[in-house]
Amino acid sequence: MAGKTISEKILSAKAGQDFRAGDVVVCQVDYAMGTDGSVPMALDYFNAMGGTRVFDPNRMVFALDHYAPAPSRAASQFHQRMRDFAAVHGIPLWEVGEGIGHQLIVESGRAVPGSLVVGADSHAVTYGALNSFATGIGSSDLAAIMISGRIWLRVPESIRIALTGNMPRGVYPKDIALTLAKELGADGATYRALEFCGPALEMLDVEDRLVLSNFAVEMGAKNGIFPADSRTLEYLDGRASGPFEPVTPDKDAHYIREITLALDQLAPQVALPHKVDQVVSIGQAAGTPVQMVYLGTCTGGRVRDFHQALTVLKAGGGPARGVQLVVTPASREVLETLTRDGTLAEFIAMGSVIVTPGCGSCCGTCGAIPGDGVNVISTANRNFKGRMGNGNAAIYLASPATCAAAAVRGKIADPREVQV
Amino acid sequence: MSTPPFEGRARVFGDDINTDTIITSRRKRESLDPQMLRQYLFEELDPSLAASFLPGDIIVAGKNFGCGSAMEVAVTAVVGAGIHAVVAQSFSRTYYRNAINNGLLPVICDTRSIREGDRIVVASEAGDEQLLTVHNVRTGKSIPAGAMPRIMLDILRAGGLVPYFREHSDFRV
Repeated sequence: MAGKTISEKILSAKAGQDFRAGDVVVCQVDYAMGTDGSVPMALDYFNAMGGTRVFDPNRMVFALDHYAPAPSRAASQFHQRMRDFAAVHGIPLWEVGEGIGHQLIVESGRAVPGSLVVGADSHAVTYGALNSFATGIGSSDLAAIMISGRIWLRVPESIRIALTGNMPRGVYPKDIALTLAKELGADGATYRALEFCGPALEMLDVEDRLVLSNFAVEMGAKNGIFPADSRTLEYLDGRASGPFEPVTPDKDAHYIREITLALDQLAPQVALPHKVDQVVSIGQAAGTPVQMVYLGTCTGGRVRDFHQALTVLKAGGGPARGVQLVVTPASREVLETLTRDGTLAEFIAMGSVIVTPGCGSCCGTCGAIPGDGVNVISTANRNFKGRMGNGNAAIYLASPATCAAAAVRGKIADPREVQV
Repeated sequence: MSTPPFEGRARVFGDDINTDTIITSRRKRESLDPQMLRQYLFEELDPSLAASFLPGDIIVAGKNFGCGSAMEVAVTAVVGAGIHAVVAQSFSRTYYRNAINNGLLPVICDTRSIREGDRIVVASEAGDEQLLTVHNVRTGKSIPAGAMPRIMLDILRAGGLVPYFREHSDFRV
């Protein structure tokens, strides 16, 4: 019998029995995260299910990130309800301004190798970068976990993504993610796990891997998981919430598809409105005028992303007239780092709009909403029509460097030409 | 609820209908009430679409229905409009799960021959309730659909995860 993939191993361990792809298992959850976008509804389900006590409040965490700060009375009431429930049941809660729940799960060391962490938000897949089986769920599943501590899952088949070579100048992890979306399509990995491997992983640190895991769901994947190595251990040193054991795939594990991506062949990529898999090389998008440049989100709102963007912005002399440059750090820790190292001051000096750490206007629920006819280029993960709160705006997705190049030129441009 | 057969009018959509298209995130910021949200179903496609839904209509779509956000209002707003089943070539996994948890039957089959307004019947095969077929009254043809794992069928038959949990307080496999 063939060996097992990382996902098969973790779910078997969490179910306490040997399972394979295709099996339906009931697993103990290590951590479950919910946001203001999902918890209010989960509390309704919890009550309707007859829930009275939370199975293990310390395995739960709530994040106030989608409406941060609350832009309306209704949103503020959702927050109040979450705070009240968290206080009564002893559930940790991340307040408005602390950041995006996904980023905080990672920063707080809750996602460790071999763990099963779910989030009531599709981008919970992000934590796969840390060798954790991480997937998104809805509010009703979150309520069931609050009551039972458990979830049923179908063990996914895995697609192996081998990364080779070095990223050339001007190419970043987001370009790898967009290339994979182009290759696989928006449903190319539905119900499947993406399992990353290959010699290029040595060059990708945890911040880079988070981008790839985060984007797994844009191909329909259930999770996007990396092996654990010295970079994983280094990141978790001093952060990890508890002991852990890295999980490696068996050499003879079965994969339903294998894709090899030579990173040295890549160019900067852009996803065109309104589909994440409508991806072209920078040359085919260059010249499109942009009026808003958005730096932030759980894909592209970390320290390294802002550093990459700033380098290009400085090389090009700052944003062009008529471009609104929006900066939304993924967390307070990111904001503090950018403050300490002077990056924030440079963005402010360039006239950037600085938004509270959180989801910002990524899904149009708060922050800077683009106007009619506006073209936005963003470091986010979704460009659906209406996604940023206005169906009459168009959203392009790219790396922080490509977004910065667009800010400099006032139109989509190749970052390699701006930063010569 | 919520167990087939269901007969209804096909309301046909294309590929990659994401949850923001079904109901935008900014609507759920103001209310979670399905009766409120149903008024805004598919508003980014056509603001008049929501009012044209009749109870019993069956949503028919191409591939990857419900992709994007895992927000559950994209299911409850559909249920709130009186829809019992969504038939698609494929679903995003979060929409599929949320549908089952709310007693909305997700059916995976080849939908290419179904046209807007067709009368279709979703039914279990005699002798095997895990196997579904979609019968198109206009063409007279039946389309086989994939089998549904036991736990999903159990949750659906209970009427969703709320009644299932009220009964069991845990998952049973």
